[in-house]
Amino acid sequence: MDHVEILSRIQFAFTIAFHYIYPPLSIGLGVCLVFMEGLYLKTKDKVYEELTRFWVRIFALIFGIGVATGIVMEFEFGTNWAVYSRYVGDIFGSALAAEGIFAFALESAFLGILIFGWNRVSPRVHFLSTVLVALGSMFSALWIVVANSWQQTPTGYRIEGTGLKARAVVTDFWEMVFNPSSIERYSHVLIGAFLAGSFLVLSVSAWYILKRKYEVHSRKAFTIALWVAAISSLGQLFTGHQSAEVITKYQPAKLAAVEGHFESAPADMYLFGWVDAEKQQVSGLKIPGGLSFLVHQDFKKAIPGLNSFKPENRPRAVNFVFQTYHLMVGIGMTLIGLCWLGIFLLYRKKLFQTRWLMAVFVGAVFLPQIANQVGWYTAEVGRQPWVVYGLLRTSDALSQAVKAEHVLISLILFTLVYVILFVLFIYLLNKKIQHGPDIGQEDPETPSSRIEL
Amino acid sequence: MDTILGLDLPTWWFLLIGALISGYGILDGFDLGAGALHLFFRKEQSRRIALNAIGPVWDGNEVWLVIGAGALFAAFPLVYGTLLSVFYLPFILLLVAIIFRAISIEFRSKEEMKWWRATWDVCYCLSSTTIALLFGLILGNLIQGIPLDKDHQFVGRLRDFFNPYALLISVTVLSLFMLHGAMYLAMKTEDRLYAKMTILINQTSKFFILCFITASMATLIYVPHMEAIFHKYPVMFALPVTAVLIVLNMRRMIEKRRYLRGFISSGVTTALLLLLFASGLYPNLVLSNVDARGNISIYEAASTDGSLRTMLLFAAIGMPLVLTYTVFVFWTFRGKVKLEETSY
Ligand code: HDD
Ligand code: HEM
Ligand code: HEM
Repeated sequence: MDHVEILSRIQFAFTIAFHYIYPPLSIGLGVCLVFMEGLYLKTKDKVYEELTRFWVRIFALIFGIGVATGIVMEFEFGTNWAVYSRYVGDIFGSALAAEGIFAFALESAFLGILIFGWNRVSPRVHFLSTVLVALGSMFSALWIVVANSWQQTPTGYRIEGTGLKARAVVTDFWEMVFNPSSIERYSHVLIGAFLAGSFLVLSVSAWYILKRKYEVHSRKAFTIALWVAAISSLGQLFTGHQSAEVITKYQPAKLAAVEGHFESAPADMYLFGWVDAEKQQVSGLKIPGGLSFLVHQDFKKAIPGLNSFKPENRPRAVNFVFQTYHLMVGIGMTLIGLCWLGIFLLYRKKLFQTRWLMAVFVGAVFLPQIANQVGWYTAEVGRQPWVVYGLLRTSDALSQAVKAEHVLISLILFTLVYVILFVLFIYLLNKKIQHGPDIGQEDPETPSSRIEL
Repeated sequence: MDTILGLDLPTWWFLLIGALISGYGILDGFDLGAGALHLFFRKEQSRRIALNAIGPVWDGNEVWLVIGAGALFAAFPLVYGTLLSVFYLPFILLLVAIIFRAISIEFRSKEEMKWWRATWDVCYCLSSTTIALLFGLILGNLIQGIPLDKDHQFVGRLRDFFNPYALLISVTVLSLFMLHGAMYLAMKTEDRLYAKMTILINQTSKFFILCFITASMATLIYVPHMEAIFHKYPVMFALPVTAVLIVLNMRRMIEKRRYLRGFISSGVTTALLLLLFASGLYPNLVLSNVDARGNISIYEAASTDGSLRTMLLFAAIGMPLVLTYTVFVFWTFRGKVKLEETSY
């Protein structure tokens, strides 16, 4: 691997992983905000308004960083992956442009009203803005995920030209959009985002409850977020299963890597384990024939192993993919348990008195974040060595004009900037949480003092 | 080849991307300009007002860049890859500046400490200035052409980008944005800050006119293909003449303190100058200054007609929506800035 390649890959992985801390939070918080403000409009209960205002402030902070790091992603395709850009431009470009026109513009326009518009528009219009921002953030995930899904399972295209001049062109737009993994991946990503956002609300509210601060507010917020999380956690199992079916069908080498399955034979399913790629052995706790059963409903049926693919056509980091995948699934199961235990206690009216559970929820904010990250690692590393599955290798996708020194400079710059950004983010988030919602104040700006032209 | 209203699809996209870039220049231009002027305001109160004048709109303005870049990627992927990788470090610097700018605006108000606010003020001003200068630098090089061989491979060096002509264009863009931003702020402020703005407008407009004249002469001298255009199509003279008339008119508006009109004039100037540049290019998108076969034309770079057509449909549905909410937001936050509890 040459230096430009390795550096560009590290840079892409680092910048996308960092970006992906924020959008899931924005998407998930957006949904919680819609419920909070919707309940305010419905019940006219001031508590919901104060909650909404509090969470809008946190939303704004997260959103700002999401936007700043997202623009980096868009430009990076051209700066570091110029050959790739040309190769997929006909297909991928339209998704990115559509994302800008339909999603980002909607979000950022109404974000202004969401944050600054409290005294300028009526409560209904404000609520409408909240809904539009939430929808916008879901749309912005739609297009990018469709594009990524096309790379994983390309359909509706034809290849023109050869060598550096080769490119994929659209033959059927809808087939390209609804490629075999779009719907599965989009629903899984979206629900993953709902989990990330609702667990942030759960964590902060549980912390207040433990500290006996803002209890009325926190119980309401906790209940809303708990319902969002509980339903999502089941949805995540369902959509995750569907994603697994897609890779079984379209990316068998990835499936084999995910379970560390080397020889074509009936395949086991591990709860946890460790892959020794040299010896081609997995040690751990397993259900013999479990994977075969899930795929074919038959414990004895063979599944193609890694060795049945040419070495240059299969992922190398088998243990990595194995671990990330099992971590995600483990977290998924934990979240289901946690959320439904919460719902059960809510019905027994014991939830907020169960202090140990509250303490668990405070820390649980990291679980969906980790699952979201490792989920992408599974999907992306498992797809290697291809950047467009079966068509374009990652090593062939690089910019020709870029020198290794330049990528090194940019990588160092991004690392520095992102470290600063992350430290400040945590500091300010903590400050906002310490400050808490503003309770019971009269509105300083009454409608009569509205700004005149 | 498919045509719509007599123009082929790549030409439509050439025009559309030009419109998007102009839209970006006009919209983000004023908030970048306001940022570049930020350190001229000395008092905390003034700085807050200046920031809140752009507060609810700057993010929406920036989306025009996101859309413009996305459109370029979609319509002319070859150019997207070539430009961004050829100008690798300038674009990386641009991205870093964009990040710093976003967080300066966002973080400044979150702490009371003097040093905290002063740090973010400096960051905000520096990053806004850097962004304007970098756009100008890239534009300046594109006007002259960049060294591409017959296979469109880059054969130049990074330091060649810092030539005097490109630097001149770079400063000109900054001066235009500063003037544009100053007029925006004048519409948004009252009392002493407003008085200060009138002085700043006066100075920045002189600065801009100076740059404008120098840059125009330099273009005629150093950029032969621009001159050739005028020989070939004398009607094209209308463009620079209109630009000059508008700039002169702008001075009149400024003297009469009609800042909305002045603001519109500086916006139109931005669009006209870009139009002038585009007409020098067409039907190419990128010119090579070492080998004419290195030029990248819209036909060579374009995506397939099918994709261009689909996206034109997206744009036809999407752009009116974008314009509608842009207008709605500007209308909601019309009038002079008042500081409220949700302000920065
Ligand atoms: C809150 C986050 C979260 C949670 C709890 C889960 N996942 Fe997930 N998963 C993701 C977040 C995620 C993700 C980040 O959204 C990924 C990465 C790429 C993608 O499509 O979704 C992903 C990918 C992904 C893939 C790979 C798809 C591909 O390579 O194309 C599979 C097979 C699963 N997931 C399966 C599951 C199962 C069986 C879960 C058990 C409940 C589960 N996920 C929980
Ligand atoms: C490699 C892929 C990606 C690229 C090129 C990309 C590009 C961008 C860009 C340019 C922005 C800034 C938009 C603005 O100015 O408002 C952005 C923000 C955003 N992106 Fe990404 N993105 C990528 C991956 C993702 C994924 C996978 C998701 C969701 C599943 C996502 C969701 C969002 C959201 C919700 C925002 C709005 C800002 C925020 O909420 O933090 N992006 N992205
Ligand atoms: C859509 C266009 C995309 C392209 C061209 C792309 C390309 C790549 C490349 C070249 C790598 C490096 C692979 C390696 O070193 O193993 C990578 C890794 C990665 N990508 Fe993607 N990717 C895309 C979309 C996404 C999206 C939307 C996300 C999630 C938001 C994502 C998340 C990741 C992650 C987390 C890694 C890290 C894997 C590692 O550590 O190697 N990617 N991607």
